[in-house]
Amino acid sequence: MTIDLAQFLPTFLEESYEGLETMETGLLNLQSSEDDSIHSIFRAAHSIKGGAGTFGFTQVTNFTHLVETLLDEMRDGRRDIIQSDIEILLQSVDCIRLLIEADRNESVCEDESINNVQILLNESLKSANTQTINESEDTNDSKSTNQQSWLIDFIPQPHLVQTGNDPIFLFNALADLGELRIICNTSELPVFSDIEPKELYLKWQIQLSTLSSTEKDIREVFEWVEDECILDITLLGTEAAVDKEQDLKSAPVASEPALDIKAAKEETTRTSLTDNDKPQTSAKTKPDVGSIRVGVDKVDILINLVGELVITQSMLSELGNDFDLSKLEKLTSGLDQLLQNTKELQESVMRIRMLPISFAFNRFPRLIHDLSIKTGKEIELVIKGEQTELDKTVMEQIGDPLVHLVRNAVDHGIESKEVRIANGKSPKGKISLDAYHMGGSIVIEINDDGGGINRQAVLNKAIEKGVVEPNSTLTDSQVFDLIFEPGFSTANEVTDISGRGVGMDVVKKNIQSLGGRIQVASEPGKGSSFKVNLPLTLAILDGQLVRVGTEVYIIPLISIVESLQTKTDLINRVSGNMLLYRLREDNVPVLPIYQLFNLEADNIEIDNSLLVVVESDGQKVGLMVDDLLAQQQVVIKSLKDNYQQVDGISGATILGDGSVAMILDIPGMISMALAQAQVAQKTAHNNIEEVV
Amino acid sequence: MAKFLIVDDSNSIRQMVSFTLKSAGFDVVEASDGVEGLEKAKGDQFDLVISDVNMPNMNGIELCQELRKLPPFEFTPILMLTTESSGDMKMRGKAAGATGWLVKPFNPEKLLATIKRVVR
Repeated sequence: MTIDLAQFLPTFLEESYEGLETMETGLLNLQSSEDDSIHSIFRAAHSIKGGAGTFGFTQVTNFTHLVETLLDEMRDGRRDIIQSDIEILLQSVDCIRLLIEADRNESVCEDESINNVQILLNESLKSANTQTINESEDTNDSKSTNQQSWLIDFIPQPHLVQTGNDPIFLFNALADLGELRIICNTSELPVFSDIEPKELYLKWQIQLSTLSSTEKDIREVFEWVEDECILDITLLGTEAAVDKEQDLKSAPVASEPALDIKAAKEETTRTSLTDNDKPQTSAKTKPDVGSIRVGVDKVDILINLVGELVITQSMLSELGNDFDLSKLEKLTSGLDQLLQNTKELQESVMRIRMLPISFAFNRFPRLIHDLSIKTGKEIELVIKGEQTELDKTVMEQIGDPLVHLVRNAVDHGIESKEVRIANGKSPKGKISLDAYHMGGSIVIEINDDGGGINRQAVLNKAIEKGVVEPNSTLTDSQVFDLIFEPGFSTANEVTDISGRGVGMDVVKKNIQSLGGRIQVASEPGKGSSFKVNLPLTLAILDGQLVRVGTEVYIIPLISIVESLQTKTDLINRVSGNMLLYRLREDNVPVLPIYQLFNLEADNIEIDNSLLVVVESDGQKVGLMVDDLLAQQQVVIKSLKDNYQQVDGISGATILGDGSVAMILDIPGMISMALAQAQVAQKTAHNNIEEVV
Repeated sequence: MAKFLIVDDSNSIRQMVSFTLKSAGFDVVEASDGVEGLEKAKGDQFDLVISDVNMPNMNGIELCQELRKLPPFEFTPILMLTTESSGDMKMRGKAAGATGWLVKPFNPEKLLATIKRVVR
């Protein structure tokens, strides 16, 4: 019977990566062998090694074995837990990660770190007196193809059955090796009244005729009871045994076992190859399908909801069988119920994709640890709100931007120890990560208590790069926003951590492509704060449907500030054919959608028209529309995947009547509008100040 | 049909052992640590228990000792899954009342061959 274990490879991989994370966090917090975490670290390494062996991940097995040995000594208190060992172990975690990848692709990992760390591990292991157990293999193990007859004397100790062993099963197993003749010796059996029911009084003599089994094979059957019995195995005779023995004596003794080993090796590599074939191909054909762990409670809720949906459906279809107007009320209530069910179902399904943000946060302790060694700065990391849930796809894409922000905070934010002390701060810098929900979005804050952003340096750099006019007056936040400009870095020297100036613009672009935004605040001497706003999910959007001419557009509800009917006396016409609408103390540029998309609208005059005021990045714009329609949740379909990117449009959706509606890209539209308005706005400012 | 209890904190190992045994026609109940294993053992009858040694909450050795205290498990075969083939581990297992041990890496054919020594 062949059993294909390939299907368990994904489970093993998932578990191993989890195990590595456990090891990493454990190691970072490890102080002494009293610590409980040493046990979980050891267990993780142990499981990885065990699983790796099964799947033929030999590089992983061999490497992890060293790690496990070291951890075992720490766990037993035979070895003091010292920082240098923890460093080596942390590096080993990285190595195991590489090796798992390599073994999975059936390649040899050539990363030099593997060798280096392996040497370190070995040195560390040697440095303490450890006893290595050398198990001597049975050498009197000659394989034979001749029929052999063995005599086995099996005298169990009386308590043998109390450990769950039963001679009858041992004989069954022996029967697989060849033909058996069993003689039971009952001479020790006491009189019935003296029998102790839990004791064994019998002994056996077994004659085994076998073609291929060796003494080792026989001993293996008795492996679990060898300490609880007297076992004598003698070779009764071999047909053609004389020849055999002569062969053995005349030929080099070592040759045969050596051959054996080789054959066995060949066999194992062959089987491991076939074993690995399947996961290989499947891993290659569909990369990164990924899987998520979902709590049983979430699944239970889904099942309940589906149950309710089925009930509603059957109610409605019954209603439809012989429908007349008297049942209209029932129909409406049924449809309401359907709406409710669908909504709940949708929410629950979305929740399945939600993961706690700790998945993105948990790499930071290690990152900070490594960076603080590299930079020589002492840094404390505080993580809050790691249970805040976020859509998996958003999570996957936010990881790298966050790493970049944290690296920046360490490198540029936190000052060196000397500077901190000189400035009267604690020598230990502090970086905090915080995540929380706000409305329909999630906010991630990265704060540091470092020196803050040097306003003048940023400004100088911007002027030097020609981004800003030399004499322009900018607010603090406008200046700080300049760090998101491409090719911008104020670090005097480029370090290998950050400072190459390829980053902040990419960070901002990545966050914007997720439909989020990033803000920065900073106070000289006190530190900087980066605030990342992200939508909870990318798949569904709460939208306001608006009509322009014959077209329906969707404006994301989250970006709408208010909708209003314009009043003539609040409209300012400024030069450059630009309209400004006075909204309390703001002047909002008006953007007629019909102009932007070249449509025929019902209403092309701004007087008494409908204005939807939207906001992005702190900038408000009034969108002129013909009509406000319903508000509803829409499923976002990518325009890029199905057609191509269009300026001012972020995607499309299909409405209830089957027609396609475009979703407006508010930040994109605002920057379009601002580009038009830039000249006009300056003059407008002056005008208004005169009026006021 | 013989019914087995598999106790291991490693999901993959547990699934593999379980899958192997099920494909050989055995009934399998799974538990992810000693505490859960003991809990499941108390409410049921098993023909064989296979347990990992290193587990959180209650390790395999402790589980074995606890099981032997329960009358229905007095003679039930208990096999320890271990990566260490050292004599020390075997001694500790035996002392706790374990029937035998299975040495990882896990190999399905070998598992089926060896459990023959303790179940029908």
